[in-house]
Amino acid sequence: MAKTLTLSVGLALAATCVSAAEIAPSDVTYEDGAVAQSLSGAAGDATRGREIVGNKSLGNCVACHMISDQAEVPFHGEIGPPLDGAGERWSEAELRGIVANAKMMFDGSMMPSFYKTEGFIRPGKAYTGKAADDTFGPILTAQQIEDVVAYLTTLKE
Amino acid sequence: MIKRTVALGALGSLLLAAAPALAGPVDDTLVVNDEIEMTTRTAAPEHLSDVMDEVISGWHFRGDETRLMQADDFDNPGMIFVEQARDSWGEVEGTEGKSCASCHNEPESLAGVRAVYPKWNEEAGEVRTLEMQVNDCRVNQMGAEELKYTSVPMQSMVALISSVSRGMPVNVAIDGPAQETWEKGKEIYYTRFGQLELACANCHEDNYGNMIRADHLSQGQINGFPVYRLKNTKLNAAHDRFKGCIRDTRAETFAPGSPEFVALELYVASRGNGLSVEGPSVRN
Ligand code: HEC
Ligand code: HEC
Ligand code: HEC
Repeated sequence: MAKTLTLSVGLALAATCVSAAEIAPSDVTYEDGAVAQSLSGAAGDATRGREIVGNKSLGNCVACHMISDQAEVPFHGEIGPPLDGAGERWSEAELRGIVANAKMMFDGSMMPSFYKTEGFIRPGKAYTGKAADDTFGPILTAQQIEDVVAYLTTLKE
Repeated sequence: MIKRTVALGALGSLLLAAAPALAGPVDDTLVVNDEIEMTTRTAAPEHLSDVMDEVISGWHFRGDETRLMQADDFDNPGMIFVEQARDSWGEVEGTEGKSCASCHNEPESLAGVRAVYPKWNEEAGEVRTLEMQVNDCRVNQMGAEELKYTSVPMQSMVALISSVSRGMPVNVAIDGPAQETWEKGKEIYYTRFGQLELACANCHEDNYGNMIRADHLSQGQINGFPVYRLKNTKLNAAHDRFKGCIRDTRAETFAPGSPEFVALELYVASRGNGLSVEGPSVRN
């Protein structure tokens, strides 16, 4: 994966700290649905990841997944499988691929692609119902993806 | 009368909403005012045979209290708007000095109309929703102003027209001149819109009965529209619901009354062919 890239303005705005090693959404390379390298070039923080996974306006993963470790978060959904033990079922690279763009791992998956900026039909400006504008970026930043991945690897049965 | 398996307090329903063990439609029957027997589940129409066997009203996916409110007109807040529309029905408006009553007598004369809308209008050469037809009468028969599509007076009038068809089976035509619009609506139904790339079908066909965060997913049927929602304490147009569901996929949504939503309404209505007209229904 080429690390020399010019970051789009949109991404630069979306990311809190942009490092030179960051891989832009359209430059991510998937191998059998997995992504080997850190998207931000830095390690993830599992504590922050735990917060993102349960937070309605960030990952909102619990909308679709039951996670025993998030018992304090009310209302877990049942659209996808429970994530208990996900850190045992999948490697870090696989988890990164699933969170960045689950459709690469699971063909036609209902799970949203959290690190993708192209190929949408009528993309909107967040939840306003209005058309996307030049603030449009991935749902999660590169570092947030890393944080979520770091958290998921801690989920053991 | 409504058959209640468990008597639950408000707290009880809240706790149950969180329990995934309750997945699936609630086993219950709806008879409104001890009189109107509602078909709330029935065999899926022919055109759905390859995707589902049974169509189920959204009523089955709501909590005990919400379902109970719909069983009696005194408890159904939507009926207040129906009564208001009954008053407007006889009010003269516009340059022609006419009211709805001048030409249609009692609202009951429109029994059966809700069940077949949206419907192809030969003269206009278009598929019309009830809202479009009401506005057509207002403008071209009465010389009155159009009502805003999702406004209280419009949705109250649509609720009145629906209420006199309650219990009758939804039966919109999908062939003949309506077919092109129906196909367009079907395409929209299966399109994965927005940054979340979700189609109506992802939630309402593949996952009805499942919880998505705090919401118990129904089939997204529209036999109960207009819907009185406890959440916003007003009557909601089907197009308002469509708008909200598309917005929630982080998409640029469509406008109520737009050709896209008219087509979608015809298609979604046809997915409920065979269910009873319930409008105005009660949902959370
Ligand atoms: C709209 C629903 C939805 C949301 C939101 C969602 N997922 Fe998923 N997820 C799914 C579905 C459905 C699957 C099953 C894979 C498939 O499509 O076959 C899945 C699969 C997974 C898997 C693999 C499951 C396993 O352990 O075998 C992981 C890990 C995962 N999701 C993590 C996440 C994370 C982390 C988030 C939030 C950043 C998230 N998901 C948000 C629907 C969702
Ligand atoms: C001057 C007479 C006139 C007035 C006033 C009038 N309408 Fe109509 N309306 C018609 C005619 C004519 C039709 C078409 C009849 C038909 O083809 O079924 C019609 C059709 C309708 C239909 C569709 C019936 C169907 O079977 O498809 C609805 C609903 C309706 N009117 C509602 C209203 C409402 C609500 C009002 C008052 C706001 C109103 N109309 C006022 C003459 C009138
Ligand atoms: C992310 C999931 C999701 C998607 C995608 C979605 N909806 Fe919904 N919809 C919901 C939820 C949650 C509710 C409220 C609970 C219920 O009735 O399912 C709802 C409710 C509805 C209702 C009200 C049903 C009733 O009985 O009151 C209708 C109608 C509806 N949706 C239609 C649609 C249509 C049409 C689309 C596609 C344009 C769509 N929805 C897309 C989640 C979704």
